[in-house]
Amino acid sequence: MSDASNDPAQMEGPTPEKGLAAAEKTGPMLAADGTPLKRSLARALRRQKIRALMLIAPLLLFVLVTFIAPILDMLFRSVENQIVSETLPRTVVVLEDWDGTSGELPGDPVFRAAYEDIFLAAEYKLHTRLGTRLNYELTGVSSLFRKSGRGLDDIGEVYQDQFEDLNENWDEGLFWAELMGSDSWLADAQGWQEGQPLPEFELREGMADLLPRTSAAYQDFARFTRVEDEENLIDEEPWTLVHTALYEDLSAGDVSGYSGPHAAELQAAADLVASPDFETADIRAVFEEIDEDWLDIEVWQTIKTYSPNYTSGYFLNAVDMQKTPEGPALRDEDERIYGLLFKRTLFMSMVITFSCIALAYPIAYLLATLPSRTANLLMILVLLPFWTSLLVRTSAWKVMLQQQGVINDVLVWIGLVDDANRLVMINNQFGTIVAMTHILLPFMILPMYSVMATIPPSYVRAAKSMGATNFTAFRRVYFPQSIPGIGAGSILVFILSIGYYITPEIVGGTTGTFISNRIAYHISSSLNWGLAAALGTILLAVVLLLYWAYDKIVGIDNVKLG
Amino acid sequence: MKLTKTLLATTALTVAAGAAVAESHGNMANSMTLVSWGGAYQSSQDNAYVKPYVEMHPDVSVSWDESSAEAVAKLRAMNEAGNITWDLVDVVASDAIRLCDEGLAMEIDHDEMLAPGDDGSDASDDFGDLIVSDCYIPQIVYSTTFGYRTDMVPEGVDAPSDICSVFDLETYPGKRALEKRPINNMEWALLCDGVEKADVYDVLETEEGQDRALAKLDTIKDQVVWWNAGADTPQLLADGEVFMGSTYNGRLYSAIVEQDQPIGMMWDAQVFDLDGWIIPAGLPEDRLARVMDFVRFATDTQRLADQAKYISYGPARASSAPKVPEDMKMHMPTDPANAENTFLYNYEFWADYRDDIDAKFQAWLAQ
Repeated sequence: MSDASNDPAQMEGPTPEKGLAAAEKTGPMLAADGTPLKRSLARALRRQKIRALMLIAPLLLFVLVTFIAPILDMLFRSVENQIVSETLPRTVVVLEDWDGTSGELPGDPVFRAAYEDIFLAAEYKLHTRLGTRLNYELTGVSSLFRKSGRGLDDIGEVYQDQFEDLNENWDEGLFWAELMGSDSWLADAQGWQEGQPLPEFELREGMADLLPRTSAAYQDFARFTRVEDEENLIDEEPWTLVHTALYEDLSAGDVSGYSGPHAAELQAAADLVASPDFETADIRAVFEEIDEDWLDIEVWQTIKTYSPNYTSGYFLNAVDMQKTPEGPALRDEDERIYGLLFKRTLFMSMVITFSCIALAYPIAYLLATLPSRTANLLMILVLLPFWTSLLVRTSAWKVMLQQQGVINDVLVWIGLVDDANRLVMINNQFGTIVAMTHILLPFMILPMYSVMATIPPSYVRAAKSMGATNFTAFRRVYFPQSIPGIGAGSILVFILSIGYYITPEIVGGTTGTFISNRIAYHISSSLNWGLAAALGTILLAVVLLLYWAYDKIVGIDNVKLG
Repeated sequence: MKLTKTLLATTALTVAAGAAVAESHGNMANSMTLVSWGGAYQSSQDNAYVKPYVEMHPDVSVSWDESSAEAVAKLRAMNEAGNITWDLVDVVASDAIRLCDEGLAMEIDHDEMLAPGDDGSDASDDFGDLIVSDCYIPQIVYSTTFGYRTDMVPEGVDAPSDICSVFDLETYPGKRALEKRPINNMEWALLCDGVEKADVYDVLETEEGQDRALAKLDTIKDQVVWWNAGADTPQLLADGEVFMGSTYNGRLYSAIVEQDQPIGMMWDAQVFDLDGWIIPAGLPEDRLARVMDFVRFATDTQRLADQAKYISYGPARASSAPKVPEDMKMHMPTDPANAENTFLYNYEFWADYRDDIDAKFQAWLAQ
């Protein structure tokens, strides 16, 4: 062995170094086809890389499409808030001019815009969805929007009734279509037959200037009738919203210059509106009649605060804060919970990780050092719980730990515990830690074992032969070599337990639940997916941060899975 | 040669027959996915109307999905993905209202789509007030009520018959099992804190009222085991872990009657709730036709009465009540002897206050 050398300069035969040296002397080395070897090699390597990439491309695509994209989509919900501006587009714009901190209710234009927005949303059945969304921020908005959907018809009915009394045509679909629609569209609509696609509505020329609000409302109605109802517009009586808009147009402008179809009826309606007997509806009063909460300034503040397309509101909620007109503020003390849960989750995950280390180390050591026949049997015992359903294992702990359970029964029987004072070991932190330590133990044992199995026993023997005691040999020789296994196991167990859900749910009671239980609640019960996404994002960030800290302190290269 | 011919002929006949059957059903899909709660309740549905329906239509296959507890969340996700895989979903009333609110459930014309009662009444009259939402087809009335261990009642004391015995640790020592959510618990706490039944929700609307309810619950907090699943309480009672606990009355019925456990019912201030079908919005025409056909059958007077043979929940149709088997009547939450003092769950109140009060309740729990 003594004459073996790694120094290339002393080696016989061709070496890369010699080749390079030769190339410098004789110019670029050429491949068999005459191109420089360097280029030919690069091309070959590139081809290889592309081939490798193509081989993993299906997997990469699969992971991107089915794993990363949905997760990103879900996390993105933590800031998304388009629902307010999409459902109440006009209100949101008008509210911009209103100062939420002024202490005064918004003016009539806001109520007028809200009337139109909520009316349309109710037709599309979107108003209750918005109510649910805003109810997360202000209690009571849910029923406010539900009630308002139907109630707002009262405004338009005042006008509809009067126009109808004047001339029944004002309730006829065809009459309205002839008045508002262009001639070519009208011809298409009249010639339409069942089964054909419905013609798209076209406004009569000049109508948008003559009756601007009515045109806008009627176009909304036309779109709804064609797309949602799939009915022919000429058979449909328009919404009461259109009648309200007609009143507004007639009271604001002069229609005497109009000479198209139904000019006489329109002029008669204008005369009616101008007459002193004409009854008008007070939009604000109708809102108040539906629910006096509409005159509560907090409702409008909430709509204004949550009108942007993206909001920090969910993240603020996730750290026990809330948006107010004056800026972010802490929630009331009796509503703060997430900070406590985050801290508890981290603390308990660490306790579980350390108890796993303590229990797994001796087992892994035994597995690695026993003769293989015994070790295999032990290994099966380690893996056996792995193959049992998680729910079964958790429920088994319930049977063991509950007050009338196996452990308490035994303790009472041997007289250690009084029958009247049985130990409370479940539905609290202790129960969660015990059950989760047991469930996650294999994730600690297996990486430890695979690292320990590679530590040659001769090292410890050598240490001992040089005079080390058993303890010193373990501490200075064996233990340092087993650290990568502890690191790998700890990361696995910690990250698994930080997101654990089922076991804390079943045995956690009130003091042993994790943040993941609240995330699950918001996903499946309260349906506040934005808040769930914000909580999940924070949890992910915390895990990444800890991972980074681990890398800085211990070094991720020090982790070995085998 | 002859054999082949015969075979061919039979095959052709079978195909023709199959086509004829398909023809007679119009274009109805031949499979349905029903969503329910699993357990005894789902098997009562299976026995009372799914099996008879499949017997009548042997070419229809029915599969179950036990996802009712997460139905609203899953339907919302399906709707966003544009792929509704469920045909008929069993949900409680508050979920039906939410699904209808979100546009995830189809609106129903009860008189037109459902069978009239066999006493000739219109479906909407037959179901009456139980149609709490335009999308809802109620099946049964159940209640959340208390069960207690008969062998753990202290000597010389009457068995508990008053809701306030839940809060009376002196007379009835021992643990209680309560559901881990504010709904029902807050109402019971206020009732036992001296609030009149009619005023409970008015009081609970206020901050002070909520604090008052939590303060009342605080008096028994360290004696409470909080449950998440309806099966927990019967289990805790059977193990002797708790003295009394709230759960759905059908669960207690099976613990008492089928498993012979020493458990008694305490019906006082039981809270009525409903369970029923909704049809997801946006089903393709053929599947919708099949579901409508099934629902019409499955919610007629006889079928709902049949269901009461298998589980102690009251049928939602008034016309089914006389057909309920005699020996089941005493276990029904709607039986006059059991319904002396009942409490009506206020759906609208909880739709508004659920998020707010739940936050407070959970913070209180975690303290």
